[in-house]
Amino acid sequence: MPLPVYRGRFGKPQAERLLWRGGFGPRPGEAERLVKKGLHGAVHSLTHPGRERLKGPKPHDDNGNPLAPYDAWGHDELWWLDRMARTNRPLVERMTLIWHDWFATSRDGVDSARLMIKQNNLFRTRGLGSFLTLVTEVTRDPAMLLWLSGTDNTKDSPNENYGRELMELFTLGADRGAYTERDVREQARALTGWRNDWNDNIGPFDFRFDPDYHDGGVKTIFGKRGRFDWRDSSRLCVQHRLHPSFFVNKLWSYFVPTKPPAATAWALERLYVSKKYAVGPVVEAILLHPALYNGPRMVKPPAVYVAGLLRALKRGIDTEAWTWLMSLAGQELFYPPNVAGWDDSRWLDTATFRARWMIASHAIRPHELDSDKARLPDDAAKLMSRAETFLGKPAITAQTRNELKRFTRRSLANATAQWKKEQYPALIENALRQLLASSPDLQTC
Amino acid sequence: MSRSCHHCNEFSRASLMRKTAAEAGKGLPAIEPGMPVPAGTGLDRRAFVTRTFGLALSVYGVGKLGLFEEGIARAASGPAEPVLVSVFLPGGTDALSVLYPAADSTYQKLRPKLALPESAGPAFSEDTRLHWHPSLQPFATLHGEGKVTVMPAVGYTHPDQSHFTSRHFWEVGATDARLTSGWMGRYLDRSGTMDNPLQGLSLDYQLQPSLASTKVPVASLAAPDEYTFGAPGVWGEVEDRMLETLQPLGARRSDPFLNQAAKATAQSDRLRRQLAPFAQNSDNGFGSPVQYPQNDSGFPRQMAGLAAMLAAKLPLRCVAITAPGEYDTHSDQPKALADGLDITARTLLAFQRDLEARGLADRVLTLVWSEFGRRAEENGSDGTDHGAAGSGFLIGTRVRGKMVGEFPGVDKLDDDGNLRATSDFRGIYSSLLEQWLGADAAAVIPGASSFQRTTLLK
Repeated sequence: MPLPVYRGRFGKPQAERLLWRGGFGPRPGEAERLVKKGLHGAVHSLTHPGRERLKGPKPHDDNGNPLAPYDAWGHDELWWLDRMARTNRPLVERMTLIWHDWFATSRDGVDSARLMIKQNNLFRTRGLGSFLTLVTEVTRDPAMLLWLSGTDNTKDSPNENYGRELMELFTLGADRGAYTERDVREQARALTGWRNDWNDNIGPFDFRFDPDYHDGGVKTIFGKRGRFDWRDSSRLCVQHRLHPSFFVNKLWSYFVPTKPPAATAWALERLYVSKKYAVGPVVEAILLHPALYNGPRMVKPPAVYVAGLLRALKRGIDTEAWTWLMSLAGQELFYPPNVAGWDDSRWLDTATFRARWMIASHAIRPHELDSDKARLPDDAAKLMSRAETFLGKPAITAQTRNELKRFTRRSLANATAQWKKEQYPALIENALRQLLASSPDLQTC
Repeated sequence: MSRSCHHCNEFSRASLMRKTAAEAGKGLPAIEPGMPVPAGTGLDRRAFVTRTFGLALSVYGVGKLGLFEEGIARAASGPAEPVLVSVFLPGGTDALSVLYPAADSTYQKLRPKLALPESAGPAFSEDTRLHWHPSLQPFATLHGEGKVTVMPAVGYTHPDQSHFTSRHFWEVGATDARLTSGWMGRYLDRSGTMDNPLQGLSLDYQLQPSLASTKVPVASLAAPDEYTFGAPGVWGEVEDRMLETLQPLGARRSDPFLNQAAKATAQSDRLRRQLAPFAQNSDNGFGSPVQYPQNDSGFPRQMAGLAAMLAAKLPLRCVAITAPGEYDTHSDQPKALADGLDITARTLLAFQRDLEARGLADRVLTLVWSEFGRRAEENGSDGTDHGAAGSGFLIGTRVRGKMVGEFPGVDKLDDDGNLRATSDFRGIYSSLLEQWLGADAAAVIPGASSFQRTTLLK
């Protein structure tokens, strides 16, 4: 069964959606350029990007100093947001975010920006390659070894933490009959042997496999017997008959909010296995799928919302405010809420909506029009058009456009005195930018 | 808190656990074997996301979000119900400083450095052996007016000296590490409604575990005056028009996820309108008729906001808040304890006076508690280690004002050298449920019938 491919018109709205789902939205002109490539060319350009180039102003903190991601609080998050905002390889950066959520590791348990960024770079370099390699590398990744007790797991006192999550959250899923409690215990044995040292100055270091701490005995995992070690542990999970379905459904959910049709899921599983667990081809097939273009919208995760506004405004990281704003919006990068990652169905509530409103305010503030000086036309259509251009002319619904126009007309009608006639258009323009940037249309993609 | 001390370390990790995430013991190294999962875990994952800076209502628990505002309005128009406010002093307050046996020679021997002199604090009229901590003059004042019931040694049998575990016991209302709903949450599950999240309000950025419910929604609100929507370079009539646009932008959409965003817009707008009076009043202290202490902690402002919300007839039933101060005083106890008690007690006095001035005092009861008391014998670093029985207080015009359980004295300590409990927190909870909230304690507190009741109200 071949995988269905989107056959409709590939215009600007479709290109925008592709850039939002597979990245962080367009910079001005980017969607138009993608349209010219056609659907296949556009998707190919995302899955096969050139060398990384970061375009636009270099990041700095509130004092104008370069970021210190290893040392200054919150700068790790800013360092990453900067890449999301400036990268020419949006899908690579988006996959990094997906893997951060998938293998959700928190600095709260790792306590080292250096190791978190090391893990982040693993996601960045391996994100579209073999999932087997990725899982194997994650298994011995220092941040993960600390986060899920990998270096506490020894022959004499096995710790099941990583072994369980490896199966439950990373490769197979709970309650599917994929593994038993005995498999958990046996996986823990197979995964023994990792150690690290600790130094007051640099914290955890010298992560290594030490055969003396490894349980070299025979284990039985998924009914197979052998002297399994950590490599086998990852391999057995990925080769498990229930892994491809877990993988495909989970990966799909990051790009499309509705479940894949059964035939699509099956075809994606076949593709995944035939490509020897390569991630890229599966992502490519999802990005070409009709469900991505014809289906419902998705709520942008806070990181995507923030990076997207920065891209649309061609603004670099020039303030540390994004760290607390992101936290209010419910997504502190490098601090997922728990090992299962963020809950993508719960981004919006009364608290996080206000956070997004504030994010929009902070994004547009440097361009604030001074009503004492700026003289804008008292023309509703022109004011509206300016605000849309300001935000990169995003596709918006007629409903939203009508409400914004109504706001503009009513506000202009308030401008009775001469000073109001002069000043209100600038106030209205400022308000239109705020309303548009925080509208339901721009919260979703 | 000293960084090198094992217990303090455990304390900060315990708070870290609460802050971070769901499955305790899964993502982070276990603090101790069998450590309980915080109540409310899994109720709603957002409850444990750190929200470092102020935001308003987060709603926890299931329910149709859209119905809440109407439910709140309906509940607000009903009869005024009694309100219970829980104030938690985090870290384990030193009961032997809160009410200290000044002239007791054993106390002086146990506390060569920390013993407070007889002249330092006001005498406690119900037990002439005891004196109030000097910072608790406000409590002594209220006690003199018959508005404070003192529990000089409240706790439970087989005391647990882990911050995390003992606090959990107090929060769930049982010495049960597995229980995951809070005791006030279970009360609300039985007597609350499905459409009024304000019935259980955490004055916090996150859910207070004692309010964790299993059925009804509860809410958290950092401060009622922070829920505003400004925009750069927008003011006056244009700002009014801008804010009026939120409601139509939140109108129904056909796309399900666009509609989700629209709903969040509409709900936020409704909440904004509801809280608008507080936003406008916060500069003059929410129109408080009394002066609250000035303090960085936010506690005075939160309590002032709470009184204003009650005055505005918002339908609150159970409220939980953490007091300012650090009570895990393993070292340098005198200053830390005095500072924490000072701002807490002065604020609670102001809150009481505020309620009295607004004619709300007969509706509100405040329970002050900590997870345990501290070791009778001081340690070598001007501090005290974890103990057993601690201090509790009930404040309000309706309380009986008679001590619950006597002061056990420092001559007969338990095997660990800690104060023995002379009242059980589960008995206090049961009495509060029956006498103040008119509820069936047996349905809320496991094994309620086995705990002694005490007459708490006048």
